[in-house]
Amino acid sequence: MADKAIPKIGPRGLPTDSWQATLARPAEAIAIPIGALLSGFLVFSIFLIIIGKSPLEFFALVYKAGFGTGFSWQNTLSRTTPLLFAALCVALPARLGLVVIGGEGAIVLGGVMAGGLAGVMAGLPAVIAIPLLAFAGGLMGSAWIGAVGALRHYRGVNETISSLLLAYIAIALMNHMVEGPLRDPSSLNKPSTAPFAEHLRVGNLPGMDVHWGLAVAVVCCILSWILIERTTWGFAARIAGGNIRAAQVQGLPVGRLVVGFTALGGTFAGLAGVFEVAAVHGSANGSLAAGFGYTGILVAFLARHDPLALIPVAILLAGFEASSGLVQRRMDLPDATTLVLQGFVFVAILLSETLYGRFKLFAPERWGAK
Amino acid sequence: MENELGLWAIPVAIIGGAIRVSTPFLFVSLGEVLTERSGRINLGLEGTLVFGAMAGYGIAVETGSPWIGVFGAAVAGALFGVVHGVLCSMQRVNDIAIGIALMLLGLGLAFFFGKPYIQPVALDLPSISFGWWSDIPQVQAALKVNILFLAGIVATIGLWWMFRSTRVGLLIRVVGDSTDAARAMGLRPSLIRTLATAAGGALAGVGGAYLSLFYPGSWNEGISSGQGLMAVALVIFARWNPIACFWAALLFGGAGALGPALQSIGVSEGYYLFYAAPYVLTLGVLIMTSSPRRAMVGAPGELSITK
Repeated sequence: MADKAIPKIGPRGLPTDSWQATLARPAEAIAIPIGALLSGFLVFSIFLIIIGKSPLEFFALVYKAGFGTGFSWQNTLSRTTPLLFAALCVALPARLGLVVIGGEGAIVLGGVMAGGLAGVMAGLPAVIAIPLLAFAGGLMGSAWIGAVGALRHYRGVNETISSLLLAYIAIALMNHMVEGPLRDPSSLNKPSTAPFAEHLRVGNLPGMDVHWGLAVAVVCCILSWILIERTTWGFAARIAGGNIRAAQVQGLPVGRLVVGFTALGGTFAGLAGVFEVAAVHGSANGSLAAGFGYTGILVAFLARHDPLALIPVAILLAGFEASSGLVQRRMDLPDATTLVLQGFVFVAILLSETLYGRFKLFAPERWGAK
Repeated sequence: MENELGLWAIPVAIIGGAIRVSTPFLFVSLGEVLTERSGRINLGLEGTLVFGAMAGYGIAVETGSPWIGVFGAAVAGALFGVVHGVLCSMQRVNDIAIGIALMLLGLGLAFFFGKPYIQPVALDLPSISFGWWSDIPQVQAALKVNILFLAGIVATIGLWWMFRSTRVGLLIRVVGDSTDAARAMGLRPSLIRTLATAAGGALAGVGGAYLSLFYPGSWNEGISSGQGLMAVALVIFARWNPIACFWAALLFGGAGALGPALQSIGVSEGYYLFYAAPYVLTLGVLIMTSSPRRAMVGAPGELSITK
């Protein structure tokens, strides 16, 4: 009762709200995406029932093959790495209100860069060569997606369309390089670059069958979160994303922000390609265009472009991808099943945007906020 | 006969290719013009095109009639358009993002239901030969024009006329230029946009049916690879004008035919780079026609990509 008479004073001399009022908005930001995810699963379950398959069997198989055992966790976690990098390539430009969907192109070219340079660097020790390869691949990716940002800011070209066009161009370039100038003559069935020297292969995290890329990806997510939430650059980007005119009037360097954030996103996508080549495939080839860039879009939207939220979302979607082989074989479903599920979830998460602020439960005022 | 044409074989093959390859571009871009003139952008037409290709082929195989296939593809495309239109009518739902989601969903559903139809069954739509005056087989092949291409020309002129001098065209243009003005006139912008998106989806679906039923003429998962998206970019180039869309589609079709044309006379070096030509052309055209400062001439006022 004494609480009501004398308001508590917070650190900045403002009256503090009840804990319910403080938590109401964050709870909304978690509850609505989870609700949307479950609605997407529900629609997909109805779809499965209509075509005569059991949704229970489907989700049980996904759990078993994606999260059920230590082995399936390792399978899931090694697919998480490219998804995290690809999602960062969507989430960072999204801070500025840009919808970049061509991360696949940066992944592919980052991988080709690493695959092509690995032969040149075979004489160097791994401690020097691997960071150099990562740097080169990241640089390639940053140039590719940074160009999307530059075209947007300096020429007014729509970034969604240009990034996707550049992804198709990148895949054509990869095919040209891998089947032409960079082709290892001994790769007969599947044209590839020369295989990595054994000491240049990126190894596994201690005690796990998951390569070091996962640790790097998680660190990149944390650094991106700090950049967005705790630096003036991130703050300026958020202002420019909200209202570009206001940002320009304030004298913010909008052009540098747009190019910088897209280039940083591209760097991460390029790293995804480097790790796919240096840790998983051992040489650059057509497997690089595996669609991680497109699944990364969904990861970023599900996480509402929050770099820390990317981590659990990427693990969840990686689990679905890891289990797709088993699901196909056991339930006699085509490989596009994962794509259908992703489509339903994507639509559901976009629709959920309309729900924010509609529930009284999540309004701080209901809980006595001042 | 083979050498009679010499190097002339390249332009002949490109013209023939342009006519063959341009039809899906034309239908998708006309559909997109209709949608964008009403003030919304539908990036999902790539998914609609591929789903239309699958639906058209599947229905044609099941019924034995390619025309029922074309009709089915149009209906499927209209359904995708209705979904897009209704979803975008809700508050704070972004039309570009919904387009990306529906592109993924359309591709997923097409690959899902299309699995049993990946087999070579000839079910060609009929075409008309305009090359009867020539003895040269290449010329005759180049001028074999499909009926859907002619239907596309009719649709182009029809849309142009509709926007210019009919009440329906005027309503769509009002809604596309100013939601407030449309509301003041007592119109329902969401409904008109949804109907325009549905009609646009139907056109894109027909474009898909052309892909699977005439050229290349079979259903497989790589049937489009971005043609729907290029057509969306082409609309900006064509300044939202149906007649300009027709010429732009021919240009893009010619670029797409460049690789196969060079291959046909034995140039195989750098095949993949020629394959990228349409994408490079699209990007170049976008860069040239966009401007960071002034609003684009002819752009509908409510369009989110040009605001």
